[in-house]
Amino acid sequence: MNLKLHVWRQNGADDKGHFETYEANDVLEDMSFLEMLDVVNDKLEAEGKEPIAFESDCREGICGACGCMINGQPHGHKDRTTTCQLHMREFKDGDDIVIEPFRAKAFPVIKDLVVDRSAFDRIVQSGGFITARTGSAPDANAIPVAKVNADRAFDAAECIGCGACVASCPNAAAMLFTGAKVTHLGLLPQGQPERFIRVDKMVTQMDSEDFGHCTNFGECTLACPKSISLDVISQMNGDYLKAQFKARDS
Amino acid sequence: MSIELNSNAPSGPIETAWSRHKFDIKVVNPANKRKYTVIVVGTGLAGASAAATLGELGYNVLNFCFQDSPRRAHSIAAQGGINAAKNYQNDGDSVYRLFYDTVKGGDFRSRERNVYRLAELSVNIIDQAAAQGVPFAREYGGMLANRSFGGALVSRTFYARGQTGQQLLLGAYSAHAAQVAAGTVKMFPRHEMLDLVTIDGQARGIVTRNLTSGEIKSYGADAVILATGGYGNVFYLSTNAMGCNVTAAWRAAKRGALFANPCYTQIHPTAIPVSGDHQSKLTLMSESLRNDGRVWVPKSADDCWDNAKGSVGRHPNDIPDSDRDYYLERRYPTFGNLVPRDVASRAAKLSCDEGRGVAFAGRGVYLDFREAINRLGENEVSARYGNLFEMYERITGSNPYKEPMRIYPAIHYTMGGLWVDYNLQSNLPGLFVLGEANFSDHGANRLGASALMQGLADGYFVIPYTLGNYLAQVGARETDATSSEFKGVEESVNERINKLLNVKGNRSVDSFHRELGLLMWDECGMARTKDGLTKAIDRIGEIRQEFWENVSVPGSGGNLNQSLEKAGRVADFLEFAEVKVGDALHREESCGGHFRLEHQTEEGEARRDDENFSYVAAWEHKGVGEKPVLHKEPLDFEYVKPSQRSYK
Repeated sequence: MNLKLHVWRQNGADDKGHFETYEANDVLEDMSFLEMLDVVNDKLEAEGKEPIAFESDCREGICGACGCMINGQPHGHKDRTTTCQLHMREFKDGDDIVIEPFRAKAFPVIKDLVVDRSAFDRIVQSGGFITARTGSAPDANAIPVAKVNADRAFDAAECIGCGACVASCPNAAAMLFTGAKVTHLGLLPQGQPERFIRVDKMVTQMDSEDFGHCTNFGECTLACPKSISLDVISQMNGDYLKAQFKARDS
Repeated sequence: MSIELNSNAPSGPIETAWSRHKFDIKVVNPANKRKYTVIVVGTGLAGASAAATLGELGYNVLNFCFQDSPRRAHSIAAQGGINAAKNYQNDGDSVYRLFYDTVKGGDFRSRERNVYRLAELSVNIIDQAAAQGVPFAREYGGMLANRSFGGALVSRTFYARGQTGQQLLLGAYSAHAAQVAAGTVKMFPRHEMLDLVTIDGQARGIVTRNLTSGEIKSYGADAVILATGGYGNVFYLSTNAMGCNVTAAWRAAKRGALFANPCYTQIHPTAIPVSGDHQSKLTLMSESLRNDGRVWVPKSADDCWDNAKGSVGRHPNDIPDSDRDYYLERRYPTFGNLVPRDVASRAAKLSCDEGRGVAFAGRGVYLDFREAINRLGENEVSARYGNLFEMYERITGSNPYKEPMRIYPAIHYTMGGLWVDYNLQSNLPGLFVLGEANFSDHGANRLGASALMQGLADGYFVIPYTLGNYLAQVGARETDATSSEFKGVEESVNERINKLLNVKGNRSVDSFHRELGLLMWDECGMARTKDGLTKAIDRIGEIRQEFWENVSVPGSGGNLNQSLEKAGRVADFLEFAEVKVGDALHREESCGGHFRLEHQTEEGEARRDDENFSYVAAWEHKGVGEKPVLHKEPLDFEYVKPSQRSYK
């Protein structure tokens, strides 16, 4: 199939940026979206032109490095997918495809489709962990975890940190990302001692970044490649509220 | 320069070796730890666990990765699981059995004492990860679940759905994040190590490129730890992430570190077959699928792939059992579909070479779940493998509940790496190497679910002790990263970047990478010959020459330039490949992942030559295109006596 790509090009954070059009010809349906871009880039590079900068690493849908807006949707229109796992059989000959970086104030553009998502790391660093000094752990089976909680915690732990939730949100909120981590650790017995300190610190950090607030659009869960449920946001809100009372009591 | 390869492994009974060693080595006073600066390169399981643990101990840690976040290192992609000798299943597992299986699985080409320690530490890893909140699979009573994995007769593999790597890495990443917050670990994402700095023969720092700004900068330290992964991408197509590279290890090798056993590469038997020339990587389907999936090819070549038609002769669902060859069950009745990776891979290749392949270009075999679905029901199969089935369908467009998967072997892991002693220190004092980047524990073949185990054992439980031993001996020192030694290395890094940018040829970087990879796969992949390897060495030299005359690296060095990043890595692969092929050529035997067609039994199994090749081959760099010098570390087997591996 032959496609026409409208790609956002931006040479650095200070550049204003613009769309440029490229022809992608003889695209095979077994190609992934990124392999289609590889072919375009290969040609540009051989001609001495700068290829389109985009991030990807594992190309198996788990590292969370890839991600761009494809026709206005993060990771494209197919449900539960990352950009690397989107295949060209989802498109048809003659399609126009608009490709842009994730748009959010908290994710400044570095170049073309590459954005800076380090705000996510700072949220985790603020408290998204269980303090367990290496060597201090009891036998793993000394802490039984009810399967139902283990499974729910896992559903939240599947987050790959790609940022599609933020990119899809009209407010560019990071509630789904932060809620997933809070829920994962907060549901496990190991996570109880720091449960309320954790949520308080993480929410405070999230608020200090350039993310917007949640107004319950629910776009995030639809864009999420792992279908993280909106429940994690309720869980975080509940825990955060309790944390405020606990802080007052202590 | 004569190099003495001393393993520094303690003698005496193997069961107590590590405990005795921990007591015998020196420790750094807690109050003095903050006076030492330690560089850790890489944030995968080995790097993140090392950085976090050293930070907890109070060292001043500088941690670098080329990805945008430490959470993205390639350990994240590991699917199947992690081994530990917990014996929670009461099925006869023990530290000794895990040790035995690993030495045997490595085809008697690993260092026994390292392997024993690995087996011993495996149990601590599971405890540590569970305490961090890693959501391992559990039974209804709340206890941890296990499954069996290729090459083992006990169920010792802990797992977290099909994403054990991501969950373990997020555990290490969270411990690491806590140390970043505490200020003991300083994180430098989007920084690529481009060279090692040695002073008086000791590793004292690195030179990095800030991938966003292009800035070349030196960082000094009292010790440098490389946890930079394997070199599988020398094959271009592999299950490795796009960014995986040999650069950090190779630049260290060019500064004097010995590269050990580079010819040992692991071919994973269950990846999705290649579908065309555009392919950028191969996707693994977890080995755990072989627990319930049955591998077969049609008995008749008429039912197989037809190049002219571009499809198979008969749809697999229409082929009755009597016309199918379940070749693993036939050839290896004891282990059946669970034979180790190297054996399963070669058997698949053999079937395809006989003209019985069933995917694009005749390169693929079936992995069939029909029997499992009948026995367990679709729900149970989905609970076990649902996410893998979904991923398969997403990529291939075919539904594995309805028709067999098609799989083919792919490069997956590299057992070779920088030479290290029992302390994980290379021959350069102060340079330590962890995880896949070192050569130490897997011999010539790695067993499934052992990579995660090794990365975390090295980072959480070995380096915190052995690094202290080194630092206590050299004492705290000032490192001046503006000294002439650092400036000299910075200059050579800059020079190389300018050289790459100024070739201004007309071939893309990937086109060279692809050409090299294809050559490596054909001549130094699953089956190797003297003739092919000899030709490959010449050909690598030619490709390298053309690269430096005709590569096109657009843009500048002053900002994010992915062409430049790739070009530097491919240039290193083009140098490293020659050493790898040379190693394969010199090793006149077959063992594990190294299969020389000249050295096989009548049944087509690997034939080792213990008399002449029971050693680690560690290569000393002498210049690009020059023949490296071989140093040997002999291997003794006191406990597990070498025998021909039998999985029949």
